[in-house]
Amino acid sequence: MLKYTLKRLVNAVIVLFIITTATWFLMQLLPGSPIQNYEKLTPEQRALVDEQYHLDDPRLVQYAVYMTGLLRGDLGDSYLYGGRSVTSIIMERLPISLFLGAQAIIVGLVVGLFLGIMSALKQNSIWDSGAAFLAVLGVSVPDFVLAPLAQYWLGLKLGIFPIAFFESWWHSVLPSLVLSTIIAAVIATFTRTEMLEVLGQDYVTLAKAKGLSRLAVVLRHVLRNSMIPLVTIMLPLTAALVTGTLIVETVFSIPGLGEQFVRSIFEKDFPIIMGTTILYSVFFVASYLLQDILYGIIDPRIRVAGNRE
Amino acid sequence: METSNRQITFTPDLFEPVQRSPEDVEKITGSPVGFWGDAWRRLKRNRIAIAAGCVIFLVLFLAIVGPWLTPYTSVGQMLSRQYKTPSLSGYWFGTDEFGRSMFDRVWVGTRVSLYIAALVTAMDLFVGMSFGAISGYYGGKVDNIMQRVVEILNGVPILIVAVLTLLIFKPGILSLTIAIGLVGWTSSARLIRGQVLRLKEQEFFLASRSLGAGTFRLITKHLIPNFFYILIITLMYTVPTAVFFEAFLSFIGLGIQPPAASLGALINDGADQMRFYPYMLIFPAAVLVMITVSFRLLGDGLRDALDPRMRQ
Repeated sequence: MLKYTLKRLVNAVIVLFIITTATWFLMQLLPGSPIQNYEKLTPEQRALVDEQYHLDDPRLVQYAVYMTGLLRGDLGDSYLYGGRSVTSIIMERLPISLFLGAQAIIVGLVVGLFLGIMSALKQNSIWDSGAAFLAVLGVSVPDFVLAPLAQYWLGLKLGIFPIAFFESWWHSVLPSLVLSTIIAAVIATFTRTEMLEVLGQDYVTLAKAKGLSRLAVVLRHVLRNSMIPLVTIMLPLTAALVTGTLIVETVFSIPGLGEQFVRSIFEKDFPIIMGTTILYSVFFVASYLLQDILYGIIDPRIRVAGNRE
Repeated sequence: METSNRQITFTPDLFEPVQRSPEDVEKITGSPVGFWGDAWRRLKRNRIAIAAGCVIFLVLFLAIVGPWLTPYTSVGQMLSRQYKTPSLSGYWFGTDEFGRSMFDRVWVGTRVSLYIAALVTAMDLFVGMSFGAISGYYGGKVDNIMQRVVEILNGVPILIVAVLTLLIFKPGILSLTIAIGLVGWTSSARLIRGQVLRLKEQEFFLASRSLGAGTFRLITKHLIPNFFYILIITLMYTVPTAVFFEAFLSFIGLGIQPPAASLGALINDGADQMRFYPYMLIFPAAVLVMITVSFRLLGDGLRDALDPRMRQ
């Protein structure tokens, strides 16, 4: 197991290195100057700017400077915002996005599990079809449609929630709800399929035959066993959450990392785009790694196959 | 009620014996139904899938002929006709801030979105199938290297690749297609590789090989027809994903640029104006949701019809 984990870890580091390098060199190809009015600056000012961002050095030196900085957790300075360090900007905004995401996961998990269990237990009933319909809708209605609609109806028309900004916990409810729909939908579909599979197993019949209450059978035998493959949908859910925060934070003007990323794309603030890209990649690769390791723990057959390779 | 009382006497000469040999009687056959005929029969019984198919046809039809149904164009501006609310007699979907007909813009936008989705799907099919088939067919070292490539690409978030591609190239239909298609094919490549690995071990494949069939014949005759149906199912799910991603990128401003339209760009505009002109958001959003929902439902239906074992 340790060998397998180490192998995956090395793999993940290589992937991250490749992504970072590729992103860095791609960034050099980007058109347009990020520094406003660079042409109008005096030679002394230009020299200062070049000095701060190492723009005069050869490409490879710049790359080396960036990569060594990266190892120390230094992502360079922003071209805007008075040259603040990218790390401090990210650190300021990341917690807000994480909070929204965590809240969305909790809501999505609860709602999704409820819908999934209900439709599996009442298979082919009206509840089942209703939940299936909701799940298809949840996957198919994108955040960028749902967010403005929710903002309009629940925020503006009914006045239940604040329309935008992030001033209190109450401001985070609507964005989190919008984010949670896709999670709830995916988990509901997934739970239903897995539970139906487990419900047909012999050990469930045995548990029933032993005279266990319906609740005990469902909770202790069916649900626990159907939750195991849940790790396989971690990756797509992480991806959905990241794209989701970009949209939801932009629509609701929430000062999180997603809003900053979208804004920096418009502002051509390359150091921030670069830093956020790296952070998102770390996020993805880490969840990929975690999924593989968890899977190895849960299903020993994969570990064996992995070792043989 | 005299007829009910009438007695009919059956005599042997009223009957004509059917000429069947005892062997014929033993046979239990219907007319042979091929794989696709069988699947079509199952699909026809699935009312939801058929309805989804009809919606797709309707959307396709309107995307093609929709803009010709009105006397207006999607780019023709008329400032005296700003923000007309939808009406049956004038502008069916209303007009936007430049007085452009929303009906025309929505269907031109749908056309662009579906066009990108079709290109992405074709790319997905072609690259994913070739890559997966080669990787699985040759196995060994080739497979190992190709799988590492897929692994690395899989680790790269599709969002990041798309954003970077669009920052470098000018946003447009082609760059959007490349951006979305660049990473999407890995999942179909993995799927096809798995299928090829499975089929390669089967007896009919060995038999054909022993008879001296070449690589080309083996791939085109024995592999592709056997996993083709899985591709079709996958493609049904690729289309909504591509439509979604195009809309997402247009929404964050990296997609189709005005005055051209796509569903995502229209939704983005609509979201800005929603407070006073909600119809500007609702029409393009409804078309987008119709497309994604129906492709998913048709995909589910096709999966059940083509591969009954996968049915839950």
